[in-house]
Amino acid sequence: MNEGRKEIFQVVFVLVGFVFLTKLFFVQVVDNRYADLANSNSILRVIEYPFRGLITDRNGKLIVFNTPEYDLQVIVKDIKNFDSAKFCQVFNLTRQELRKHFKDLRAKKKEYSAVKPMRFLSQLSSEEWARVQDRIEEFPGFYIQARTTRAYSTPALANALGYVSEISKEQLKNDESKIYKQGDYIGQSGIEAFYEKQLRGQRGVRFKLRDVQGIEKGSFKNGEYDTISVPGQDLTSSIDLNLQRYGEKLMKGKAGSIVAIEPATGEVLALVSGPSYDPNLLTGKKYSSNYKLISTDTMKPLFNRPLMAQYRPGSIFKIAQAMTALQEKVITPETRIVCDRTIIGCHGPHTNEDLRGAIANSCNVYFYTVLRRMLNQGKANDPFSDARIGLKEWDSHITSFGFGNRLGIDLPNEKDGLIPTPAYYDKAYNNRPWKFSNIYSIAIGEGENLVVPLQMANFAATVANRGFYYTPHLIKGIGKENKPLPQYTERHYTTIDSSYFKIAVDAMQQVVDAGTGQWYAKLPDVVVCGKTGTVQNDPFPAHSVFIAFAPRVNPKIAISVYVEHGGQGAGAAASIASLMIEQYLFKKTRRQYIEDYVMAGIFAK
Amino acid sequence: MRRGDDISGSIDWVTVMLYLVLVTFGWMNVFAAVYDENANQSIFDLSLNSGRQLLFIVASALIALVITIIDMRFYETFAYILYGILLLVLLSVPIIGKEVGGNKAWIGIGSFGVQPSEFAKFVTALAVAKYMGSVGFRMDNLRNQAMLFILIGVPMGLILLQKDTGTALVFTSFILVFFREGMSPFLLIVGICAAVIFILTLLIPHPIYLHIAIGVVLLGLIVMGKKRLRRIVLLTVGALLISGVIESVDYVVHHVLKPHQQNRVKALINPDADPLGFGWNVTQSKIAIGSGGFFGKGFLKGTQTKFDFVPAQSTDFIFCTIGEEHGWIGSFIVITLFVALLLRIIFLAERQKNRFNRVYAYSVASIFFFHFAVNIGMTIGLFPVIGIPLPFFSYGGSALWGFTILLFILLKLDAHRGEVLQRI
Repeated sequence: MNEGRKEIFQVVFVLVGFVFLTKLFFVQVVDNRYADLANSNSILRVIEYPFRGLITDRNGKLIVFNTPEYDLQVIVKDIKNFDSAKFCQVFNLTRQELRKHFKDLRAKKKEYSAVKPMRFLSQLSSEEWARVQDRIEEFPGFYIQARTTRAYSTPALANALGYVSEISKEQLKNDESKIYKQGDYIGQSGIEAFYEKQLRGQRGVRFKLRDVQGIEKGSFKNGEYDTISVPGQDLTSSIDLNLQRYGEKLMKGKAGSIVAIEPATGEVLALVSGPSYDPNLLTGKKYSSNYKLISTDTMKPLFNRPLMAQYRPGSIFKIAQAMTALQEKVITPETRIVCDRTIIGCHGPHTNEDLRGAIANSCNVYFYTVLRRMLNQGKANDPFSDARIGLKEWDSHITSFGFGNRLGIDLPNEKDGLIPTPAYYDKAYNNRPWKFSNIYSIAIGEGENLVVPLQMANFAATVANRGFYYTPHLIKGIGKENKPLPQYTERHYTTIDSSYFKIAVDAMQQVVDAGTGQWYAKLPDVVVCGKTGTVQNDPFPAHSVFIAFAPRVNPKIAISVYVEHGGQGAGAAASIASLMIEQYLFKKTRRQYIEDYVMAGIFAK
Repeated sequence: MRRGDDISGSIDWVTVMLYLVLVTFGWMNVFAAVYDENANQSIFDLSLNSGRQLLFIVASALIALVITIIDMRFYETFAYILYGILLLVLLSVPIIGKEVGGNKAWIGIGSFGVQPSEFAKFVTALAVAKYMGSVGFRMDNLRNQAMLFILIGVPMGLILLQKDTGTALVFTSFILVFFREGMSPFLLIVGICAAVIFILTLLIPHPIYLHIAIGVVLLGLIVMGKKRLRRIVLLTVGALLISGVIESVDYVVHHVLKPHQQNRVKALINPDADPLGFGWNVTQSKIAIGSGGFFGKGFLKGTQTKFDFVPAQSTDFIFCTIGEEHGWIGSFIVITLFVALLLRIIFLAERQKNRFNRVYAYSVASIFFFHFAVNIGMTIGLFPVIGIPLPFFSYGGSALWGFTILLFILLKLDAHRGEVLQRI
């Protein structure tokens, strides 16, 4: 029944062989295209590195750009009549250095190839390039590969911008996109890392023909297959470079941070981390040695405080406390509480304030009582379960301001902060019961609460907006479309009714007009709303905190300032905040004595 | 002493000679692919692929010797047991295997690794032969057919799990064997049609055009032929089925195939579309082969392959070296040798006196044919890039041993073909 099937096999085998031979005959004998290539021998792939996207500030000032740099590459097989003495002289090397470079080349083992271009010297400067370019012809086998490196127009904003360096072995291994090759540059932190995808652009390739001697004979097929490198997208930052520089000047010699946000958009106007470093130190050839120096500095200049430092918020937290209590209706704006100072201490000459007065005078007893009412609402019979129910409600309001979780700014390494939950206290107390009297220090922003400076500024912006915020971001425009990433155009509402914010705004105005902030934060010609905070740090001097926004109507700037060991919030932080607001709104300093006071930097007693 | 322990007289020396010539030529090309004229290298240098390949060849000779010494009944008797062991090994590879080049298909013994999937071919061939040779087996019995597909499907699936798509595809060559043994050609025809539809789906930017074309053909057929309801219904159902296949192929290509696999298929259709990206292998491979001309550049005189322009030039793309250094004449000799070997195996197959031997022989022919056709097809741009070795040429111990075992079991069986009838 299987007649003829054997023959089918035989025919198919012969036929396939015949087809192959025919095709080969055309490829090898008939088609001269390949024969031509045989004479000109080989195609050289030349990579064209794309320009990385530029970064400008909100006023169009250039912050980050590219400068050319040159690598010397070698194709070992093409080296001919190598004159090492001449080479050393031209490239300014000693004999030992030259020998070491060749040794390093051989040590690459797996990546080593005699026929592929390999990097011999990295990052020649423009001056070196100018010196050697005429003489490179004398050393067959050596080529110059041009590419660009990052340069910064100003020593400001280092931590936010981040830096760019050669991709590490590890990153290369974990790279899913398969876009990167060894020796490529990649953003390592800050904006450079977060917007790597937008900034990097697309590599181009040119195909060049070479003859047997390795001399270029023009492009392959008239460049039909060449691709032009596509530059990366330019980014427009929301940063106001003048304000940023001014903030960095004010923070000189101090540890802490300044975060300024435009409330109406969530755009970050200034992001100062003190102390900082000059980003130009981490580019090009100087990278490795400087990185070592900076990363081991005891003041931790690479630690991006606005996003990574988690502090106790101090009295500025009383505003959030007040609105939470109003929302839960455990107090009204008119509620008065006697400041008896028995369980918890207080300061200043006040005795029986209402809510606005309590905020203006930062009355500890008032907010201690408010939190007690909040946690012990009598929703359960025993004080333990009652506090648990109350804390849960408190949590949901407090976290709606953006506390306790990272906000999602367009920078890596943002920290969460901490807002204690019932589960947190269960763990802290090893599942033994706890109640209000165990945890009341959170009432005045001490205790377990931790917030990062960015969250404080975002909080100020939320109050300025009377109840909502946009996630803070540093890039307001990407490429030609000039729009931010979609997640930054979405409003986040708090769980508090908008009407209660008016009371918070009133109180914050009172803080600056007549309360704790009146000496350093008040500005002529504009209504500033703010709140001081002094975070206990025994036995060291307290941390100085201030949040503010201005003007009261149609706020243009919301700000948080944190000065480590800066003493009273009404001093160092309030001064810096008011100077920043003044600088942004009026473009000048009208109170030189305040600036002198800040620059002198003697705050804590 | 039993007659036939000395088989030197009855072994098929023609096949052995073909084998020796192919292996030797292969070895020389492995050397040519790595040769660097400045380095003053020797073909025996153990730090080179060629030196190691020589070790593999010596080991192959020993393996061939052992195979001819073992009693011929061993292969049929232990076919299922070997098959069982194989499945266990394949199952354990993802667990104990080591990763080489993204595929976890190797089992390491010290610094030395073997690829179990290379040995799966002869073991599966033995199992398939034993099953088809068993009493009561009928090719037209659906249950028997299903069993056959399970026999080849299980190792294929396990190898697919190792992401070694190329080797897994080799198992489809058994369908040729089934065809020889009486399976209706329907499946082959469907397969070829599917391949044609597959290519068309890739060529045509949007499947809607294909659907329209099918609709037009359907209408034409309905209008032209007899207008009987039964016929119209059948045609419509057929057309709908083909449309379904097109949709699913479209889905597979765009959602199931990994990007690098999609690119390989696209490179086949239009290698010039992206000669630096996915077309790089094929373009460079063709330049290398094409630059060889009629007589070639001469042994060790090739430039394209050894300058690393062609990737994997001593393994999957070894044919480039032949094409470049030995030209069309060299290609002609190699292809002729392969076709001669294949025809010789068919000749041996047809003179077997029982079904086990014949099926095994056809399995060997089909596997060799698949490797030969797909490997050379991809190097000269007639086939998508599927990473399978060219038998006896590509560098690598496991592959060489796998092919040697395949061939020498056949020679052993053939040498004793006369005894089979006596046994029954």
